Amino acid sequence: MLPSTPTPVAVPFPRSRPSGFVLAFVLLICLTTVASWWAARVDLTALLSREALGNVLAFLAGGFPPALSPEFLGLLLRPTLETVQISLLGTAVALLIGFPLGILATASLAHAGPLHELDLGGRPLRRLLRFLPYAFSRAGLSLFRSVPELVWALVFVRAVGLGPFPGVLAIGVGYGGILGKVYSEIFEAVDPRPLEALQGTGASRWRVFWYGMVPQAFPHLVSYTLYRWECAIRASAILGFVGAGGIGQQIEISMRMFNFPEVVTLIGVLFLMVAGTDALSLRLRRRLL
Amino acid sequence: MAWKAPAAHTVPAPPPAALTTWLGWAALAGALLWSYHGTAADIGAVLGPEGLAQMAAYVRRLFPPDLSAPLLREVATSAAETFAISFLGTLLSVLIALGLVFFASANLAFAGLLFEMERPAIQAARLLLYGAARGLLNLLRTIPEIVWAILFVFMVGLGPFSGVLALGVHTGGVLGKLFAEVLENVDPRPIEALQGTGARRLQVLAYGILPQALPHFLSYTLYRWEVNIRVAAIMGFVGAGGLGQRIHIAISLFLEHQLLTLILVIYLLVTAVDALSAFLRRRLL
Repeated sequence: MLPSTPTPVAVPFPRSRPSGFVLAFVLLICLTTVASWWAARVDLTALLSREALGNVLAFLAGGFPPALSPEFLGLLLRPTLETVQISLLGTAVALLIGFPLGILATASLAHAGPLHELDLGGRPLRRLLRFLPYAFSRAGLSLFRSVPELVWALVFVRAVGLGPFPGVLAIGVGYGGILGKVYSEIFEAVDPRPLEALQGTGASRWRVFWYGMVPQAFPHLVSYTLYRWECAIRASAILGFVGAGGIGQQIEISMRMFNFPEVVTLIGVLFLMVAGTDALSLRLRRRLL
Repeated sequence: MAWKAPAAHTVPAPPPAALTTWLGWAALAGALLWSYHGTAADIGAVLGPEGLAQMAAYVRRLFPPDLSAPLLREVATSAAETFAISFLGTLLSVLIALGLVFFASANLAFAGLLFEMERPAIQAARLLLYGAARGLLNLLRTIPEIVWAILFVFMVGLGPFSGVLALGVHTGGVLGKLFAEVLENVDPRPIEALQGTGARRLQVLAYGILPQALPHFLSYTLYRWEVNIRVAAIMGFVGAGGLGQRIHIAISLFLEHQLLTLILVIYLLVTAVDALSAFLRRRLL
């Protein structure tokens, strides 16, 4: 995973000529841009046309003043709280899915590296048995995270009905896949010396994990989970578009009814919610790391 | 007194946690309980025998995927559109981020080494610009892509172009913030050294700051591209092109075999982009 604060890097000596790979990279970018320009039917005239400008002005004129009547704001309280609840519980479910799968998906725990030199050396069958759960959990995590949350939400709306609960499950499964992958990367990246020392005392793999890896990884695990919770707020705010509760449902309704003052208010509420979560999560992470 | 062998392993007990830590955990537990009630969560409905049977039945209905030639042709077009949205959207976001970031990072906008000898009036103007750039980035970032997509569909009409704009604008806000963090965290020593040689601000930027920052910019851009390919796949839910529209239709009309095909295509597309991005990261960074 990317660190949020980069470490200083050595300044490379400026080269007079870019390498062949960089040239190929730039060429590839240009070609892909042209092809994508065509595939995405980019139409700058539509963007800069008088009609587009008129639409924007109509939206802005229609959206002001925003709907701030007490009834409407009262109506928003429940979906807003619901969005927070979906994000909290969804992140908890994601943790329950991601943590065990992340452990299984950690190569240095499962089958590779110095922890396994003695008991797996020259035993291909045993190595395979250790490798299989690793491969399956990797594949599962990758499936969980490559299907977008909104698609998971639609599937779960089918499975358990409309309301916030399918939203919880969608966040849980989608983010479970992401958390599992990142947790495994964090576990891989810990200093291996304490692990080997523990193993030298005769500790089982489980103990090596628990006393060697977890203490090193813990702040990073918590920090990344908090960051994901921050993302979950944003994600759960839009799950309502497919009927999975929260403030998104209200945005969808107001949009469909072309009630722009309400839409502007809703975007404002969303803005405040996301900004508030960002600030809270940033403070918590600063305290942790 | 007889000698006693030490216990096999005596791990010293961790120091007792502070009261605030306990309060924090309690608050978390309370929040989760509150959420469990508020979202009408029902674990039994999912993990109970009935829920599991229902889920298994649904998964069985998905198979086999619909691999008929006409559908595959249409899906390939949508997949290309999705890829194009993610690519152009990310490109646009880099342009937006680069346009704003030099105003939005404190050490380049008004504070620190570069501005020690600036006049107060100019400093105030710089601070104002900084605030405006930060505020704009926050606004772009906090409005989700899908809401931007709705707004752009309203502005330029249905189709993938709206998706490109929506992704570009939102990700522009995200990358702008990340780039600003990178710039604020560069090693200040090269800057001081360059200043000592009498370099002007632009020269400091070009020779002291950008060489440190560019690898991180590239790395963050690749990371956001990986995120954006997933988002591009759902833009169609609001009419902004790509695979999303087909997914929405397939789910609403119970076309389960088609749905499985679409999910597999998304999986392939996402995996391919992840692999490509990892390759570029290895080669370029």
